[in-house]
Amino acid sequence: MIEFWLNDQHIRTALPAGLPLLDFIRYESGQTGAKVGCREGDCGACLVLEGRLTAGALHYHSIVSCLTPLAKAHGRHLVTIEGLGAAAPTPVQKALVDHSAIQCGFCTPGIAMALTALCLSDEDLTEDRALAALDGNLCRCTGYQSLKRAVRELLLILPIRPEDRPISWLIAHGFLPAYFSEMTERLTRIAAPFISEKEKTLVAGGTDLYVQRPDALLQSGVTFFQNAPERTGIRIEESRCTIGSEVTSTAILQHPALRAHFPRLEAYGRLIASTPIRNMGTLGGNLANASPIADWAIFFLALDSTVVLTGPAGERELPLPHFFQGYKKLDLQPGELIAALRFELPGPDTFFHFEKVSKRKHLDIASVNSALSIRLEEGIIAQARLSAGGVSPVPLYLEKTSHFLQGKLLNAATLQQAQALAQEEISPISDIRGSETYKRLLLRQLFTAHIHELFPEVHEAP
Amino acid sequence: MKHLDSIAHVTGRSRYLDDIPEQKGTLHAVVFGSPVAHGRITGADLTEAARLPGVVAIFSAADIPGENQIGGIIPDEPLLADGTVHFRGQPVFVIVAENDFTARQARSLIRFDYEPLPICTDVQEAFEKQSFLFPPRTFQLGDVDACWPDCAVVVEGEAATGAQEHLYLETQGAYAVPLENGAMKIYSSTQGPTLTQRIAGRVLDLPMHQIEVEVGRLGGAFGGKEDQATAWACLATLAAWRLQRPVKLVLQRHDDIYMTGKRHPYRSHFKIGLSKDLRILGYEVTFLQDGGAAADLSPAILERTLFHTTNAYFIPHVKATAYSCRTNVAPYTAFRGFGGPQALFVIEAAIAKAAFELGIPAWQIQEKNLLAEGDAFPYGQLAEKPHARACWDTVKTAYALPLREKEIAEFNRQSTWLKKGLAMMPICFGISFTKTPMNQAGALVHIYQDGSIGLNTGAVEMGQGVHTKLVQVAAKALSVAPHRIKMEPTDTNRVANTSPTAASSGADLNGKAVQHACAQLRQRLHEAAGKLLQADPDAIDIREEQVWLSGKPTDLRWAQLIAEAFLQRVNLSAQGYYATPHIHFDKSIEKGSPFAYHVYGAALITATVDVLRGRYELDSVEIVHDFGNSMNPALDQGQLEGGVAQGIGWLTLEEVRYNAEGRLLADSLSTYKVPDMGSAPKRIDYQMLQAEGPPLAILGSKATGEPPFLYGIGAYHALVNAMQAFRPGLQLDFEAPLTPERVLMALYPPEKEQS
Repeated sequence: MIEFWLNDQHIRTALPAGLPLLDFIRYESGQTGAKVGCREGDCGACLVLEGRLTAGALHYHSIVSCLTPLAKAHGRHLVTIEGLGAAAPTPVQKALVDHSAIQCGFCTPGIAMALTALCLSDEDLTEDRALAALDGNLCRCTGYQSLKRAVRELLLILPIRPEDRPISWLIAHGFLPAYFSEMTERLTRIAAPFISEKEKTLVAGGTDLYVQRPDALLQSGVTFFQNAPERTGIRIEESRCTIGSEVTSTAILQHPALRAHFPRLEAYGRLIASTPIRNMGTLGGNLANASPIADWAIFFLALDSTVVLTGPAGERELPLPHFFQGYKKLDLQPGELIAALRFELPGPDTFFHFEKVSKRKHLDIASVNSALSIRLEEGIIAQARLSAGGVSPVPLYLEKTSHFLQGKLLNAATLQQAQALAQEEISPISDIRGSETYKRLLLRQLFTAHIHELFPEVHEAP
Repeated sequence: MKHLDSIAHVTGRSRYLDDIPEQKGTLHAVVFGSPVAHGRITGADLTEAARLPGVVAIFSAADIPGENQIGGIIPDEPLLADGTVHFRGQPVFVIVAENDFTARQARSLIRFDYEPLPICTDVQEAFEKQSFLFPPRTFQLGDVDACWPDCAVVVEGEAATGAQEHLYLETQGAYAVPLENGAMKIYSSTQGPTLTQRIAGRVLDLPMHQIEVEVGRLGGAFGGKEDQATAWACLATLAAWRLQRPVKLVLQRHDDIYMTGKRHPYRSHFKIGLSKDLRILGYEVTFLQDGGAAADLSPAILERTLFHTTNAYFIPHVKATAYSCRTNVAPYTAFRGFGGPQALFVIEAAIAKAAFELGIPAWQIQEKNLLAEGDAFPYGQLAEKPHARACWDTVKTAYALPLREKEIAEFNRQSTWLKKGLAMMPICFGISFTKTPMNQAGALVHIYQDGSIGLNTGAVEMGQGVHTKLVQVAAKALSVAPHRIKMEPTDTNRVANTSPTAASSGADLNGKAVQHACAQLRQRLHEAAGKLLQADPDAIDIREEQVWLSGKPTDLRWAQLIAEAFLQRVNLSAQGYYATPHIHFDKSIEKGSPFAYHVYGAALITATVDVLRGRYELDSVEIVHDFGNSMNPALDQGQLEGGVAQGIGWLTLEEVRYNAEGRLLADSLSTYKVPDMGSAPKRIDYQMLQAEGPPLAILGSKATGEPPFLYGIGAYHALVNAMQAFRPGLQLDFEAPLTPERVLMALYPPEKEQS
């Protein structure tokens, strides 16, 4: 039995675990505010809030219900636009109306929910962050200007929310209806986790599987990671960091220690998927997907990373580059799972940078992405790691180029030779993300961009 | 007045097609689209699919009782393929099952055999083979051949614009319900309820009165649900009629993207000649329109391309010829601008090329040639109150063009890896359906006994706010508060023989019909009030729900007046009708006066290019737009801003490509990228031109649906201008969209890199 709360309603259902949550909401519960726009997480018309208890505390964030299997809702509070109550428009809804930020209205419920999620987030609200809350919502009518005005209005009327009790503050100020105050207790009463009976398709965040084959998942059934301790959480021991495979992109990007080690982490994160997808998609899923342009794979290939696998034969750990064996082919035995990723945190002498160019800057798949880490000792490159996606059948660690850089002076001559070597190491193909020539050019430019961002003094004008 | 649907939209209570509660026994349909772009069907095995539990029926062309024909202008498009398929995704079978999951499973079990036929996906190839959908047309003014010797500079070139997917957030869909006595009710997500009704009747061999089409609202359309909503409505209706059960057919996004047509790609050749003082003397252009596999709306779109050949300029010698070429892709269709943007792109490319040749900014040529009162368009209509120059001059001063040029030049001197550019973009767009008979509309207004009002028109609400404007029109005409008026769903049983809500004309045509109905009601109410007050009806007035007599308020208020009028047996319903006067066009000579009026405007667009990565941003779009007397500035602003973003999307990110097999390469939202908040212009500012609106615009408020889309063309030139700051002498090939790939490849051309 799958048990959860949908708005103010207690749900117990025996419907298939793999049914998209969106279909349950619309066609089983009859609440049609969440819309079917694309069923691939790209438009945000089906965006809802997901509330979950973590260590007794209730936190909400946005997810796309089209890519969420029904059983994932177990034990959680799902909130659709109807769940904001019918009494009076909330300040979010009012801002949208006041600024005429609605036209055909099809994207509007998703946008209202994304902005409500923003109000519920515990990050400091800046204009930049507030606007980014809508990075997973498409609107084909307004051209976004009126939406921006509505968001700015919210920033004016949203005074500093108390950090400790945002929910009660939001209830008091009409952002949420009163029943939200009961949700912690209600969810606590759903004790047992959802257990599926048989061997089924294992789903992590679902953000790729549900794009590729939703019908097949409905037939095969789905099962989930069961929050195994070794696969959750981010642990740092000395300079080695372990990220569990179930950790979401958002959790990585908001981790204080990681933000300290990667000062531009938040900006990199903006180039990866969208807010709701980052709330759902996991590190393990990004690696298991084995896509040649997987953003996290590229990010971590430029660090000294290993992947930890657990299976019937026990645990093994292998260097991340060895994990990717061919197009969509992994060194993963039957029954094995990705448990975690380990990597060396960059020290004070190590310079790291991530670049990505896609047709659209946000919520798009890279034409080419790349990461570079360089450890300098007195102007000499002690170690370098260059990775690139979209230029080979696998997320590529450019071993020869990286090796070449080691021991060299960091100067234009070295970089020119490294560029030539990198071009030999890659084998891009022409596809919808760009022609082969473009991808070759783009990698060269991104390599230059790494140097430009990290060592502007080395990067000379062309 | 706020958009009528504001509260319903933000609370998620607005009902779209897929939200209509399903009747008991409703079945679900999916469409099997041709897996090949061109082929002769040699056989199909449906047995496995039909055997799947839950599958109720699979229909093919043979099951159509009437005509298997949905072509609106030219009868060249079957509803279901019969013998031959002409594009990938062309409907071949419709599968009906207890639920859509089962229907999709069944679809995957259909075996389809065919004999391949040659596939053409290239407009140039189709042109060379003289493979046309209908005969070409030519518009002429003056004597272009004779003018070239008088020109100080003549340049020639090519320009090409790509297709554009509508990406209305609500996909196409219909829900067909059998009624008693063989009638059918169709809920359809269509811009053209009457069109749907007429074609469904043709397909089922039913008279139009047996088919009722109702439209609540659309989740966006942009032209994509004008002709191309028909097929899905007809397929659902065919299945419902044959099974005598309700059938719902809602396309999944992937099916919608690959089965439906898009904005027409054009490839054009131009020749432009200028005098020494930068006056354009001659312009000769050949448009190759890629029409796809069937005519659809292409004849009308091609015509509008010709109408907009010269944008907002007067050119004394013009020759424009347009060919519609047949290719094996989904028939291209209406999309905001309707062929106009494609024409404007070419004239602006020609001007940019001439400017490059002369080493001057393009705006100097643009400015010299703007339309003046009485100038002739190539189709013979004379420009009446053309606000092209007023808009231009206001933009230039309000947004400080010379200063901005200086600032950008200074920025570019300081910055190596970011470069800025700007462009000016004047626009001109003709308002009216170019097919004169379509410029008519009806309205039905009921005043109920309690004083509340029901308003019926042919206008379909798709986000543009036409229903809001119509309520404003009625409220003003009857002098009542808008809250008394309910806008009814658009329904062919209430208002018949309507034109699609298209051509930016929805508010004008339907608004004038509403005014006509309300004027009749006003007259009757004045008479009723006259009886009550024992006064001359001519001395009666109604102001803000109060009856006035000889210029003084009386105690008689709206609700009481209506109640009394009912007792007096006054007809409280009125049917209004409107046909745009004065417009005409003679195709045999390609001359006439087809437009009620023109909309003008001008924009200054600035952009920044990251010349290291090829990425770019649109910094600002500053516009002075000719709204006439805007009756709803908030709605008009929404149309302006939305149109600009969509126009920019067309020329920057939105790339539609087919491979040689006619397979659409960007066939999902993960590969077809429309503007998001991050890629929309950082700032759109505008001013309303201070000018009286024309009498043929509703309340003097000019149509705003399509014209703003045209400003997007300026974004292309602003980007090129920025790129030229990095690579002086860089000349682009006028191939749009200008994707980040095209930008980077142009900034670092391979051959130059080697030298």
